[in-house]
Amino acid sequence: MSHNSETLAHEVHEGGHAHRDDVGSKMGIWLFLFTELLLFGGMFILYASYRYIYPNDFKAAALELDPILGAVNTVILLTSSLTVVLGIVALTKNNAKLCMTYLWITQVCGLAFLVNKYFEWTHKIHLGIYPNGPALDDMAQGERVFFGLYYTMTGLHGLHVIVGMAFIGFVMWFIHKKYITSTNLQKLENSGLYWHLVDIIWIFLFPLFYLIH
Amino acid sequence: MANGTIAGNPAEVSFYEYDGKRKGIAGWLLTLDHKRIGILYLISMLSFFAVAVTLGFLMRLEMLSPGETIMKAQTYNSIFTLHGVIMVFLFIIPGIPAVFGNFIMPIQIGAKDVIFPRLNLMSWYLYIIGGAIAIVSLFTGGGIMDTGWTFYAPYSLRSTANISLSVFAAFVLGFSSILTGLNFVTTIHRMRCPGMTFFRMPLFCWGLYSTAWIQILATPVIGITLLLIILERFFGIGVFDPNKGGDPLLYQHLFWIYSHPAVYIMILPAMGVVSDIIATFTKKDIFGYVPIALSSLAIAFVGYLVWGHHMFTSGMSDTARVIFSFLTFLVAIPTGVKVFNWTASLYKGSIDMRAPMLYVMAFIVVFSIGGLTGLVLGTLDTDIHLTDTYFVVAHFHYVMFGGMGLLFFASLHYWFPKMFGRMYNEKTAKVACWVFVVGFNTLYFPMFIMGYLGMPRRYYDYLPEFQIWHVIATVGSWIMITGMIIMFVNLIRGLYKGAIAPENPWGSTTLEWKVPSPPPLENFDEIPVVTHGPYHRDWEDDSLEVVKEVKKH
Repeated sequence: MSHNSETLAHEVHEGGHAHRDDVGSKMGIWLFLFTELLLFGGMFILYASYRYIYPNDFKAAALELDPILGAVNTVILLTSSLTVVLGIVALTKNNAKLCMTYLWITQVCGLAFLVNKYFEWTHKIHLGIYPNGPALDDMAQGERVFFGLYYTMTGLHGLHVIVGMAFIGFVMWFIHKKYITSTNLQKLENSGLYWHLVDIIWIFLFPLFYLIH
Repeated sequence: MANGTIAGNPAEVSFYEYDGKRKGIAGWLLTLDHKRIGILYLISMLSFFAVAVTLGFLMRLEMLSPGETIMKAQTYNSIFTLHGVIMVFLFIIPGIPAVFGNFIMPIQIGAKDVIFPRLNLMSWYLYIIGGAIAIVSLFTGGGIMDTGWTFYAPYSLRSTANISLSVFAAFVLGFSSILTGLNFVTTIHRMRCPGMTFFRMPLFCWGLYSTAWIQILATPVIGITLLLIILERFFGIGVFDPNKGGDPLLYQHLFWIYSHPAVYIMILPAMGVVSDIIATFTKKDIFGYVPIALSSLAIAFVGYLVWGHHMFTSGMSDTARVIFSFLTFLVAIPTGVKVFNWTASLYKGSIDMRAPMLYVMAFIVVFSIGGLTGLVLGTLDTDIHLTDTYFVVAHFHYVMFGGMGLLFFASLHYWFPKMFGRMYNEKTAKVACWVFVVGFNTLYFPMFIMGYLGMPRRYYDYLPEFQIWHVIATVGSWIMITGMIIMFVNLIRGLYKGAIAPENPWGSTTLEWKVPSPPPLENFDEIPVVTHGPYHRDWEDDSLEVVKEVKKH
């Protein structure tokens, strides 16, 4: 009895959960995703308000952005979301190797997204379109706000891409170490959900900045 | 404990004595036990509280006479900002959920721990890191922040003080708050013991549950707002800067979308404590359990829609102001439901006026004053006269300090035997309560009068005709601090020399009183099974047993 309780105590307080609760774990990640949505929600409210205040400036500013680049990035992210799902399916079928391949593709997509973003940003900065930059300071007030929001929202999104890649990276390490297997893949599913969130936020950012003129 | 090697059956020794793998200080700093984390919060929180009280004391001293008394104007700006930031972000918002929520809630729902123990520890570290960053910001950069705790743009964008780092501290603290909320919601959904339905949960858990939702849903908004302040200061993105086309009013909207619900983060768990204490010290089932439980959710919900009343004078359409005024009044309904139900619970109760109950009685009086003056401020025309005067200062001190602060003390007394396994001196505790309440009213009530007469808040200097009120208030601060000193000396003395506490010293009915004081590592030897509501008293059964052992774990 004494020994048993002690082992249990170690499981609870030293090792991990004494009881595994997949539903609880999924609930936790969903609640966290809500907070992420609300974080971006604040920015979307700002975007809506300023678009209402400066409709013409926003149109003019949006023409500066390249919808092709944005579309390429959208395709990249959508593909990566698909590969995450395929990875999860592969692991449920006990095919850890295939799962890892899909997750590697996801990581490469994430990286490609960031590289694309990097070129887009540096091009803009090269043209002097950045806060306190020479070209932006000559523009109308609404355009300055537009680019302020553009840099903040895409920057924050980019940060989330990096966090998502790190999250998936950890999960890949765990799969490699066999901590995550077909019977215990909640962490993989959670990282997948996070990655989908990053994807969904981009799907809103893309039309708002690149497509609506 | 004596030789530091006992790691026996965790069901037999208290969680203080059970060291697990790591001994001593590491056993505390790396603990995953919700009770130890609660104690860690308590210690760190009371330290910050002591600092903030000292700052408040210095402010009052400065206001003793017109002109420069003990400090310069810029120092005064820094001190009231610091007082506000520490009190709001480090004490009042996290106070009850982090300390008593962590310690008591899992036991009240019959769980061995919260569902994500590691996340729980991480929340505490984020809290400490946030506090540490706030302290570092005092001594680096352009000096102590001077914007007030609201960081209003555009001043916060232009001030040369070290705003960015302090704002970042608040951001980190917000993260801590989100993670605690997330942990509590999931714990309450997933970890309740058999038979513990939602409507058999103690009302303290309902308060925490509603609070946790606000923490999850409101905090991210202030997170992004504060992040924007930082980005604006570093890169000049122009979102709130009117020079670049930004709108400072939008800052205020986003700030209050969080910060008004935050007021309910402060008060809802505190109101839960009131229900538990009243049920215990009247020896009655609480009157209107379901309405009280649901009114917590209602307050949390309506609380989202009322942020605009902070901006009546900042420029909003008349329609918007009328709507916000109306919605503000709506909060009074669920709040009234609670207060009337508490009063009804007292009716024909066998009232045992112990220290926690005394604090609760003081709370009901003081909080009613705070709530009623809230109506004065929620009404458009009176608000325009009173905005940014001492009336507002008095109002929110009555609500926040008189609400959350008093109930923090009440909880401390109520759960003291459970948390530390010792009793405090009852008589001294009552004296402390009386001294505190007298001091409290002497300190803050004159502020209503001053504010009505036109004394603006946050001013360093004032006209001589206000001096009499400032002198009364300052003397009040001395009395109130004396009350707190008596209280803490009594509690600390109880910690070392108090009588050994029995399992259930107050004759309470909720689950945390069914385990030893202090509780063992895993709270319950056997998972309890609950067969009726939290405040049900079975008078036939003298032991007041709620728990029935059904199965061994």
